[in-house]
Amino acid sequence: MTNKVTNILLVGVGGQGTLLASEVLSEVLMMAGYDVKKAEVHGMAQRGGSVVSHVRFGEKVYSEIIPEGEADILFGFELLESYRYLPLLRKEGRAIVNDLKILPPAVALGQESYPKDIPEKIMRAFPKSNVVQGLALALKSGNARTVNTVLLGALSNSLDIKEDMWKEAIRKLVPERFVNENLQAFELGRTA
Amino acid sequence: MEKAILSGNEAIARGAFEAGVKVASAYPGTPSTEILENIIQYKGIDASWAPNEKVALEVGIGACFGGARSLVTMKHVGVNVAADPLFTLTYTGVRGGLVLVTADDPEMHSSQNEQDNRNYAKFAKIPMFEPSDSQEALTYTRLAFEVSEKFDTPVFLRTTTRISHSKSIVELGEPVSETPEIGLVKDPPKFVMLPGNARRRHPIIEQRLLDMEEWASDQPFNRMEEGSKDVGVITAGVSYQYAKEVLPDASILKLGMVYPLPKRLIREFAARFKTLYVIEELDPFLEEQLLAMGIQVKGKELFPICGELTPGRVKKGLTGKEAEVAFQHDEALPNRPPNMCPGCPHRGVFLALNRLKAFVSGDIGCYTLGFMPPLSAMDTCVCMGASIGNATGLCKALSPEDRKKVVAVIGDSTFLHTGVNGLIDMVYNQSQGTVIILDNRITGMTGRQENPSSGYTLMGEPAPEVNLEQLCLSIGVRHVKVVDPYDLELTRATIREEMERPEPSIIITRRPCMLMKRDVVKRKPPLVVDIHKCTACKACLKLGCPAIIWDDSAGEKGKAHVDPLICVGCGVCEQVCKFGAFGVSDDK
Ligand code: SF4
Ligand code: SF4
Repeated sequence: MTNKVTNILLVGVGGQGTLLASEVLSEVLMMAGYDVKKAEVHGMAQRGGSVVSHVRFGEKVYSEIIPEGEADILFGFELLESYRYLPLLRKEGRAIVNDLKILPPAVALGQESYPKDIPEKIMRAFPKSNVVQGLALALKSGNARTVNTVLLGALSNSLDIKEDMWKEAIRKLVPERFVNENLQAFELGRTA
Repeated sequence: MEKAILSGNEAIARGAFEAGVKVASAYPGTPSTEILENIIQYKGIDASWAPNEKVALEVGIGACFGGARSLVTMKHVGVNVAADPLFTLTYTGVRGGLVLVTADDPEMHSSQNEQDNRNYAKFAKIPMFEPSDSQEALTYTRLAFEVSEKFDTPVFLRTTTRISHSKSIVELGEPVSETPEIGLVKDPPKFVMLPGNARRRHPIIEQRLLDMEEWASDQPFNRMEEGSKDVGVITAGVSYQYAKEVLPDASILKLGMVYPLPKRLIREFAARFKTLYVIEELDPFLEEQLLAMGIQVKGKELFPICGELTPGRVKKGLTGKEAEVAFQHDEALPNRPPNMCPGCPHRGVFLALNRLKAFVSGDIGCYTLGFMPPLSAMDTCVCMGASIGNATGLCKALSPEDRKKVVAVIGDSTFLHTGVNGLIDMVYNQSQGTVIILDNRITGMTGRQENPSSGYTLMGEPAPEVNLEQLCLSIGVRHVKVVDPYDLELTRATIREEMERPEPSIIITRRPCMLMKRDVVKRKPPLVVDIHKCTACKACLKLGCPAIIWDDSAGEKGKAHVDPLICVGCGVCEQVCKFGAFGVSDDK
């Protein structure tokens, strides 16, 4: 176990299941023996607003929020939100991003435009990044709502934690009747 | 020992259970809400939503007078509502322990002001603990009950959003085996606060604070962490974590109790350092007390008073430098503000108010979002329950012509919180104003909590429902109408008619919230836009329904499009389209 604290920033849109994903992630990290802290803000964010969750782990974690410019991994559930929080990523950091657009109100109304070529911009600034076709993979698992588990699968490749432990955390936190499709979604995500 | 990852709120609920709490009462308010939502999993605690924070505290006080340990929780602004009984409770003291959680919201993630409730501790002369993570949230909750009984005082537990909603690892403990005996004890000199009795109690309170101050200097919750010989830091709460992050080598005096301060310990600590920083969020609460003790410290000259601290802001205060950033945007990004849900029953009401050019005095709830474009139909919003009183005041000041434009909007829960008192005044003093009670059967904004008109208790038991129509009639309102806000024409016509009336009138718009937990609202099939009928007039966009998207690529000027994944089929858009372009799809 290293002494360094690792920082993962999860971002998405209210209602996308970002928060469940950060629950599973924190659980896995605790099972793996790390000190873990996780911070998020709810309230207004539930109504389609931008959602951010900070997960930090290491031998001992103090601040529960990630210091500015020190995220190691930006874990994004939506393109614009991923792009928005890119400045928090450290220079050698990487983004793992779902290839999905959800239009903010002003864009949906045609008053503002959605930034172009986000995946390319992310790859250019942080070449170690990975853009995941979350929805397409989730559909293969049989349920479009498993996107967040697919993405967790993709994230799991970047962390040194055994696959079984991830699966145990999923079994623990996902409602029973959805467990199987989520386990499958997780495996699909690992191949992404 | 069993471990779990808990949020601060979950840890407080657990701590209350372990402390043997028997009664818990609250009004939901972000970031405090989940404490009671989590406490209901523990058997033997009577937990309930009160109509407002003052009532919640009064319930807690009654229970503690009966010997039960009781927990009362609220957000920072809720303490303003509860302040009246609170300041006298200091005088009576307690029998069973009473702990009041104030969950403050620096940065105003979902609040209308940024008050620092540590000031209440000093003002009301009540000790205050402040945890800096979930483990301490649990430990301090247990401790607060002990202290409450030991010193015969109510005790504050203060959290901030970052503590309430952050998760960290917690070791779970065993419930305490001995709690005070429950039963009636007559003791009027202590519990009846007439002037004569209260005068005798006041010196007791002052002595209590001095005793606690002395005692606190030797308690482990105020701890020194040895580090550098040159730099000392005094801090508490979440700021402690930021101090450790940014100054890993400093010597730190971490205060677990922020009022009263352990002065002897502080003097001892401060004497050892050339440079002494006070790192605290919001007000210079510790700093001013330290300066008053004659201790020179650096604090608010370096760290902001407004907004949350972050490790970056602490670092910037200490070094004067911004954090280095690897990537900067070179374009403006569209914001993503929260919005009323697809099918939200409030949407049509705000569309009508916008069209009628009403001056809307607003209140706190999901419907506060009616202030945002394109609905843009809210002109004032002060605090829970203020909309009706504000409307009365406006009408007192305005000309008869202008008075007609004034409409107060308030949710069912907020109406029962403190709005009803405003209505009593409006009627009693024969002011005027149209009041719309947006009855979505639930306390929506904080996460769909039950309230006295929703038919359920916090524990999920069926409950009698307050009949809002009859309540208004009994107050003396002569015109009470109930409309379905999905019927846009009727809603608008009713509002227009009632605005003309030179006396108070009530319109109750009744439709359940789309996110009901019990009596779940069934979705209807999504609507589709017939692009041959859509003339690109954009009238439907004025509704601000998140499901309606402007598809630039269709036709010359673009066309409206409905996102079938989030549309709930409420049919409101169908009514605003003059060209009949919205309809239910044939192919299922
Ligand atoms: S939660 Fe309910 S009341 Fe709030 S915006 Fe959604 S539908 Fe409306
Ligand atoms: S029916 Fe129309 S207004 Fe209602 S949710 Fe669907 S798109 Fe929105």
